Amino acid sequence: MGLGRSAPGVGQDLIDTIESVYRAESRRVLATLIRLLGDFDLAEEALQEAFATEGIPSNPRAWLVSTGRFKAIDRLRRSQREVSEEHGVPQAAAEYKEVADDELRLIFTCCHPALSPDAQVALTLREVCGLTTEEIARAFLTTAPTVAQRIVRAKGKIKGAGIPYEVPALSDLPERLDAVLRVVYLVFNEGYRFRHDLSGEAIRLGRLLAELLPDPEVLGLLALMLLHDSRRAARLSVEGDIVLLEEQDRSLWDRDEIAEGVALVERALASRRVGPYLLQAAIAAVHADATSPAKTDWYEIVGLYDVLLRMDPSPVVELNRAAAIAMRDGPAAGLALIDAILARGDLTDYNHAHSARGELLRRLKRLGEASAAYKRALQLVTQDAERRFLERRLESLQQPLDR
Amino acid sequence: MKYLCLIYQEEKQEANVPRDEIQKAKADYWAFTEDIKKTGNYVGSHGLQHTDTATTVRVRNGKLSTTDGPFAETKEQLGGYFLIDAKDLNEAISIAARIPSAKWGSVEVRPVWDKTS
Repeated sequence: MGLGRSAPGVGQDLIDTIESVYRAESRRVLATLIRLLGDFDLAEEALQEAFATEGIPSNPRAWLVSTGRFKAIDRLRRSQREVSEEHGVPQAAAEYKEVADDELRLIFTCCHPALSPDAQVALTLREVCGLTTEEIARAFLTTAPTVAQRIVRAKGKIKGAGIPYEVPALSDLPERLDAVLRVVYLVFNEGYRFRHDLSGEAIRLGRLLAELLPDPEVLGLLALMLLHDSRRAARLSVEGDIVLLEEQDRSLWDRDEIAEGVALVERALASRRVGPYLLQAAIAAVHADATSPAKTDWYEIVGLYDVLLRMDPSPVVELNRAAAIAMRDGPAAGLALIDAILARGDLTDYNHAHSARGELLRRLKRLGEASAAYKRALQLVTQDAERRFLERRLESLQQPLDR
Repeated sequence: MKYLCLIYQEEKQEANVPRDEIQKAKADYWAFTEDIKKTGNYVGSHGLQHTDTATTVRVRNGKLSTTDGPFAETKEQLGGYFLIDAKDLNEAISIAARIPSAKWGSVEVRPVWDKTS
């Protein structure tokens, strides 16, 4: 949501300052306003009004919270409703903790299991990450009115059914945390593929969760996101084309993110309670540790996939395991596993299954079949970068094999 | 906030339940009800006779029509309700989860319109 750029007598610097303050603080302030006011819509309107007020804030967050709150009180007074005035503006010392708690409350409320999974994602992106309905629609290949309707319905249910604005009790935490982690990872994946600001936002949420709820799966998810994000500079060429893990320039990997991710994996593994996110993070850590694809410990990776598959069986995990088997035992072994998955009727419309098959057939020099597999993947692909990648792969089949 | 917990279960299955299990279920219901009376969450409750005793009533253009049977044929039938008072949906869900029938049937938790809103 942009702010008016044509306000008379206001310098561009000031507008830029307010815009950056808005981006940095608005979601945190919103979280606090929702707690103080107990109403999503009222909090959003109050936030908008606070921004429309003149004056340069020296402490933007406290200023926005107090201005937003007073605006809301005015509004409530006008509409003859009551609001408790005892809530003070958070003071500096307790401010950070309180604001972080408010964000956590907001996340748990948006990801409440009484809301549909689609609504959880849409509401989190809207309220916690501050995306517009248009942006959410684009990320999830749907229309803005559909997203808007989901959000309106979800907010209506929060209010009508009395979904509380709180972090759940310890006894409910495992179930509730699952939903939150799922949504955060979904946001990360959307961002990782298409929008870096979204993956940055998911990592920020992951850090917040890890700080306040250092459960092994929370640490595992944060580690997983950091380890994936560490390859961001290497995974796309300058032209914006996808570069496979095996072909990436590993000197471009972000060593700080890797160090942080690996340390988190070690810390979480020490708890001896492993879950799917932690296992995936451990796999990513093994990749991060290797200086080249050949020096990757594929035995370790296959072993981790075996545990993951027992804990959280899914055809996509089977596919990834098959790719690791191909690296450990040769392309024919991996291909047999992928063919078995497809023969069962799973992943037949999943482009990555067909492109992985194409790649293994290419390595086996079965070029006709490789070409057919890539063509099938091309029919299923929806993203431009992935389409270009597959087209290049298809073209490369005409050239002599380099490996 | 008040919530109506609607209890749905398969009437047809009830004929197959052994006598001791029915006794156990009755005792569980009694214990649950006493429990939520003590905690102040209880507002009211009733069990319903089977849907073969139900009559559905409609008035259209001033004309009364009655039909034999429930409003809708479903796999599970409304078998009773608890009206409870809970702090929020989370508390309501935790109470609904303790209704004995939640283990074999389903409990639909519906917030009641608040007269002040």
